[in-house]
Amino acid sequence: MSKLDLDPQVVRKARLLAERAAEPIIEMARTHTTVSVERAQLRLAGLSGADSDGLPWVNHLVDAVRDQVGLEHGVALPVWDALLREPHADLSALAQAAALGTVTFRLPSGSDADAATSLARRAAREGMGRIDRRRTERDAMLAEVGDPPKPWIYLIVATGDIYEDIPQAQAAAREGADVVAVIRSTGQSLLDFVPEGATREGYAGTYATQENFRLMRSALDDVSKELGRYVRLTNYASGLCMPEIATLAGLERLDMMLNDCMYGIIFRDINPRRTFIDQRFSRQIHARAGIVINTGEDNYLTTADAVDAAHTVVVSQLLNERFGKEAGLADSQLGLGHAFEINPAVPDSFRLELAHAQLVRELFPDAPLKYMPPTKHMTGNVFAGYLLDAFFNLAGVMTGQSIILIGMMTEGIHTPWLSDRDLALENVRYVRDACGALAEDFVPRPDGLVVQRAKQVLSESVDLLDRICDDTLLNAIADGTFGVTRRPADGGKGLDGVIERADTYVGPALDILETEDPHAGRTEPTPAGSVKR
Amino acid sequence: MTEQQTTTDVPELKDIPSIIRPYGDTTGDAMVQTSFTLPVPAGKRAELAALALARQMGLDPASVVHAKPMGPDFTFFIIYGKVNHLIDYAGIEVPEGREYPLLSAKEIELAIRTVLNRRLVVVGACIGTDAHTVGIDAILNVKGFAGEKGLEYHREIQVVNMGAQVTVEELVARAKAVNADAVLVSQVVTQKNAHIHNTKQMAAAFHDAYPTAVGPGIGRPLLIAGGPRFDTVTEDELGVDRIFGKGTTPGEVASYLVHALLPNWTPEERS
Repeated sequence: MSKLDLDPQVVRKARLLAERAAEPIIEMARTHTTVSVERAQLRLAGLSGADSDGLPWVNHLVDAVRDQVGLEHGVALPVWDALLREPHADLSALAQAAALGTVTFRLPSGSDADAATSLARRAAREGMGRIDRRRTERDAMLAEVGDPPKPWIYLIVATGDIYEDIPQAQAAAREGADVVAVIRSTGQSLLDFVPEGATREGYAGTYATQENFRLMRSALDDVSKELGRYVRLTNYASGLCMPEIATLAGLERLDMMLNDCMYGIIFRDINPRRTFIDQRFSRQIHARAGIVINTGEDNYLTTADAVDAAHTVVVSQLLNERFGKEAGLADSQLGLGHAFEINPAVPDSFRLELAHAQLVRELFPDAPLKYMPPTKHMTGNVFAGYLLDAFFNLAGVMTGQSIILIGMMTEGIHTPWLSDRDLALENVRYVRDACGALAEDFVPRPDGLVVQRAKQVLSESVDLLDRICDDTLLNAIADGTFGVTRRPADGGKGLDGVIERADTYVGPALDILETEDPHAGRTEPTPAGSVKR
Repeated sequence: MTEQQTTTDVPELKDIPSIIRPYGDTTGDAMVQTSFTLPVPAGKRAELAALALARQMGLDPASVVHAKPMGPDFTFFIIYGKVNHLIDYAGIEVPEGREYPLLSAKEIELAIRTVLNRRLVVVGACIGTDAHTVGIDAILNVKGFAGEKGLEYHREIQVVNMGAQVTVEELVARAKAVNADAVLVSQVVTQKNAHIHNTKQMAAAFHDAYPTAVGPGIGRPLLIAGGPRFDTVTEDELGVDRIFGKGTTPGEVASYLVHALLPNWTPEERS
């Protein structure tokens, strides 16, 4: 039911414009690959591990192929051709030999190429099978231990040491968290490799590694069974290794991944082309793995003004939706982000927050929206901060948000103490229980401020999308449209890892992702139109 | 974010008693409130432990007004109590206020034009593993902060914002390449004192790279560190010329640049 009486024509126009703006980017992603997309396909084929300095074998192998024959044909042909021609036991042995410089790669043709392709396809099929089995396993766990009702309570753990994170995550789950996110070490987004093994040293977070994923998921499985509700695990598929981290998440049954279409560009100065190409592959994997993505629109409001820039959030959400659906994500996998960041000194700030939150709810009725608490206006006055967090919780409940990240009254002072987290949960529990189904009763006056403001933001969003279509999305990003930061298409980190695909490009995992319905064979119906082929 | 309190509104000292105690609702009642967590299960014994801690903290009498179990192994307490400490307010030194005047955008541009006769070059970065550009962007980006435009806004200031996770070597190289007048580093992440280590490392590298420097702006760039948690260290300890804390606005930074780099200019010259 629409409470805002949004004009369906305007909403349709907004989606059409987003589709138009996204199209050239999608075309670029279809015709290019990156070093990380190639490494991800090797990881899917089962290659893991690293040398004694911690540089992964996938990096060694991709670098060796690139040096000798280039990456425009993909790594699959040269790699499996070498496996056929030379006496290496497996991918790992081949990668180690390649690191020593003792493998000669070539681009096979004719029946040699057919043989290599066929082997590479088998490896990709096996990897995809592993991801499929993990998804089935999640479905079984959800049926067995139970799925908590929404809104899901989302808590963050960030010690830097996976063995400290585990008891904290389990404690958080016992305290009421439905979703546990392990924040990554801030250095990781700009690493062009994925660290290996269990890690105990990180800055403001813990490294995302396959082993850390496995350890944490296993610990949360234990606590899920103990509590009788499935506790979801979240990590970050962003930065230069987005496709690989998405693949590892699929292989280790992570449940949600931060995965925004523009976050890395704007906040981490990663090259826009690299980001969009990596992103499409990562989203195809997420779609297949049944992972819910979390987008990062809340971040725009930490640099831009939450009232002035409200429409940039909506525009980014529409773009994230378009990119996500094109990559095969269902509506139920689109955890679009937004935030409660309006300056509390602004008159009617709460009404404006309600307008923005309700607008997003109505634009994306089937998406598990992720609502982020105030950060910018948390002043160090913990008492006022507690109140502001309560209003955030209230806005979340009134507008039917799906995933609520729990605000800490000590935001901006220190990483949350045990008591901060406990008080924060007490806050959200009170609001949730006191309000009950208040969302049903919240019907803004037809011509009131909330409805008018929502319509205004939607109309500004359409105007901005119009301009983006005229100017192209890459230029809009270069002009500082999002988050006020200017990021030119040829600037930023990681551009040297982008390669245009040749006509002869072979990417066996990509072929599977491109041609198969990621949700095939599942009992839950896939919403119409979510998979475009 | 909070504005730094200025000292100009403080009444004359003679209005204030020289010996003071905390104020609850009566002069001299010395009442304070505190909260903490003890790693013990909730119960009578835990409350006695909380009171014992309160007494050692100087709260006597103290009362536990709230005790709540947090899981099986921890208890959270809120305590109210009377402290037995006296503060000799007369003996508290009045802190120095801002050592430079806050200038308007026009005055900043006029100062640079008049004295420097070229653009003032500022290089900014988040160094080390810190990827939080929110601070440096608030100071440098046109968008600015707290209603003030960032340094980019001034035509007379050339801003090179290197963004996040810049190495010290990259920063020094860029500062030399563009002949920077000032270098701003932002450090938000404070885990394991990364902000302190990174900033010291940066300062040391600049002092090494400009061995013949006479002082800030004379033979080397002015070094400025910014971040929310530098309140425990001094400029000398870090090796920088100025630290800016939470709530600093771009105008304060721009005014400081003029003050430190163009010391002979005063706003009076505006005629």
